[in-house]
Amino acid sequence: MSMHFLEFEQPIAELEAQIEELRLVGSDAEINISEEIARLQKKSRELTKQIFSDLDAWQVAQLARHPQRPYTYDYLDSIFTDFEELSGDRAFANDWAIVGGLARIDEQPVMVIGHQKGRDTKEKIKRNFGMPRPEGYRKALRLMQMAERFKLPIVTFIDTPGAYPGVGAEERGQSEAIARNLKVMATLKTPIVCTVIGEGGSGGALAIGVGDRVNMLQNATYSVISPEGCASILWKSADKAKDAAQAMGITADRLKSLDLVDSIVEEPLGGAHRDTGAVSKNLKQRILADLEELNSLSTEELLDRRYQRLMSFGVYDE
Amino acid sequence: MSWLERLLPKRNTSVDSRKKSIPEGVWSKCTKCAAVLYRSELERNLEVCPKCGNHMRITARRRLEKFLDPENQQEIANDLKPIDALKFKDSKKYKDRMSAAQKQTGENDALIVIAGDLLEIPVVCAAFEFSFMGGSMASVVGEKFVRGANYAIENNCPFICFSTSGGARMQEALLSLFQMAKTSAALARMSEKGIPFISVLTDPTMGGVSASLAMLGDVNVAEPNALIGFAGPRVIEQTVREKLPEGFQRSEFLLEKGAIDMIVDRRELRTRLASILSKLTHKKEPLRQVSEES
Repeated sequence: MSMHFLEFEQPIAELEAQIEELRLVGSDAEINISEEIARLQKKSRELTKQIFSDLDAWQVAQLARHPQRPYTYDYLDSIFTDFEELSGDRAFANDWAIVGGLARIDEQPVMVIGHQKGRDTKEKIKRNFGMPRPEGYRKALRLMQMAERFKLPIVTFIDTPGAYPGVGAEERGQSEAIARNLKVMATLKTPIVCTVIGEGGSGGALAIGVGDRVNMLQNATYSVISPEGCASILWKSADKAKDAAQAMGITADRLKSLDLVDSIVEEPLGGAHRDTGAVSKNLKQRILADLEELNSLSTEELLDRRYQRLMSFGVYDE
Repeated sequence: MSWLERLLPKRNTSVDSRKKSIPEGVWSKCTKCAAVLYRSELERNLEVCPKCGNHMRITARRRLEKFLDPENQQEIANDLKPIDALKFKDSKKYKDRMSAAQKQTGENDALIVIAGDLLEIPVVCAAFEFSFMGGSMASVVGEKFVRGANYAIENNCPFICFSTSGGARMQEALLSLFQMAKTSAALARMSEKGIPFISVLTDPTMGGVSASLAMLGDVNVAEPNALIGFAGPRVIEQTVREKLPEGFQRSEFLLEKGAIDMIVDRRELRTRLASILSKLTHKKEPLRQVSEES
């Protein structure tokens, strides 16, 4: 698959195109141009480094939504083994925008739950662009409660634009489904490790995001409303999304500095999609370290710490 | 001024001064049936139109003062004040929006918590103030709600919350989103201790408030015709590109769909909630006690 470049990456894209052209020429003409290619590759790397060393919040948002960014299934492949998907909320339907099931991480059995976006148009529609409906949250809840019963830690991957704003979703109690998850996750008697791998969109993200550890990939975003939504309400124009992204502070480093996320998982230069293996290795390390620490706690300690963590959110004068 | 006007000033000014002496808002108009109503009568009626039953907005403070027995009301955590942690600025600074809202409402933030009695049952009540930035939930709202829940746990008394809110406050960004988790966690603790939580949803209760504390009542009660939902009707309309059905996301719709237990007229909330709570806490029916006494 050829690399998809974002708007702000265009200078890199042009260089890469040049390199590609030279390669074609090279194989045809038997002229040794490998030196020229190496020179351009070095230049491309330096340019990438330079561009990526100073991304603004809106550029990070583009990366978090990159069409080639690894999704939950990709991490299920690269980090876990023996995945058995479990489906359905046992009441209404199976929501394809949230997937989950049993898997192993280094032999340790766990319950994995995550949002799933589609790659091609057909799959995007099937998975509703990663926007869950109430049955998705209820499936997640069912799996989480099962994990508690069988003493399995829970690992969640967050990657959604947000809950689906549809008529049916409202009819079936979208609010209640999200609220229920928040309440149950607060006191679930098993370790929960959450990672925002792409877009952390509002209530739809939080509904599988209450845990003992909340991590973010370096170029993931997490926000109360999409930059476009915020801009159209507060600036009265969706074109101001860049300003809104900046104002809300949706990036991992900003949120870490506010103590709202615990760790940032490093991505390879240019973003997670440039090297899924590398980001998976870092993410696996993070999850294993978190699980090891949480597994050593008594249930009482675990829940007490989780509660204190939740209560610490908020900044005010008294 | 002509000599004639000079001769007849009294009459003219008296008309003027009479106009001016009518204090602002002697009359009110019902927002639904447009009936012209006496302000004082409307106040006595808790802002419910006596002609058509339309429930109009009532301030958080008045709501709680009228809902609780007049004696023994004790406000909780009123000294909490918001901070602009993100230095947020859109067309206006968050700081300026805060101070404007504080000036307009006389409140520090969008939630008020008062402990007291409901027909002699000790309770603690919270109410959202919609005029404070759309009743939006941010750090102070979340913390005050938790203090209310903690008070309920410490004093082993039921907790009632009247919500009216546009959702999470964008100006505190993720801090606001996380208040959903924080308030829900406090309610989880309350549930574990067997303390009842009644959520009263009033017009409107949307977004992050509806998708957390407001939908988590042991009993969910709504006032008539309140707009209640997660996504706003305009957002849904833009997504599905069709007109929404009549009454969509109104209390009656939610009752039909099974999201709430009952719809109760504001003027009956005191007696109805007292009756529910007396049963949940194994006390005598409050009204029966009163009628026996009288």
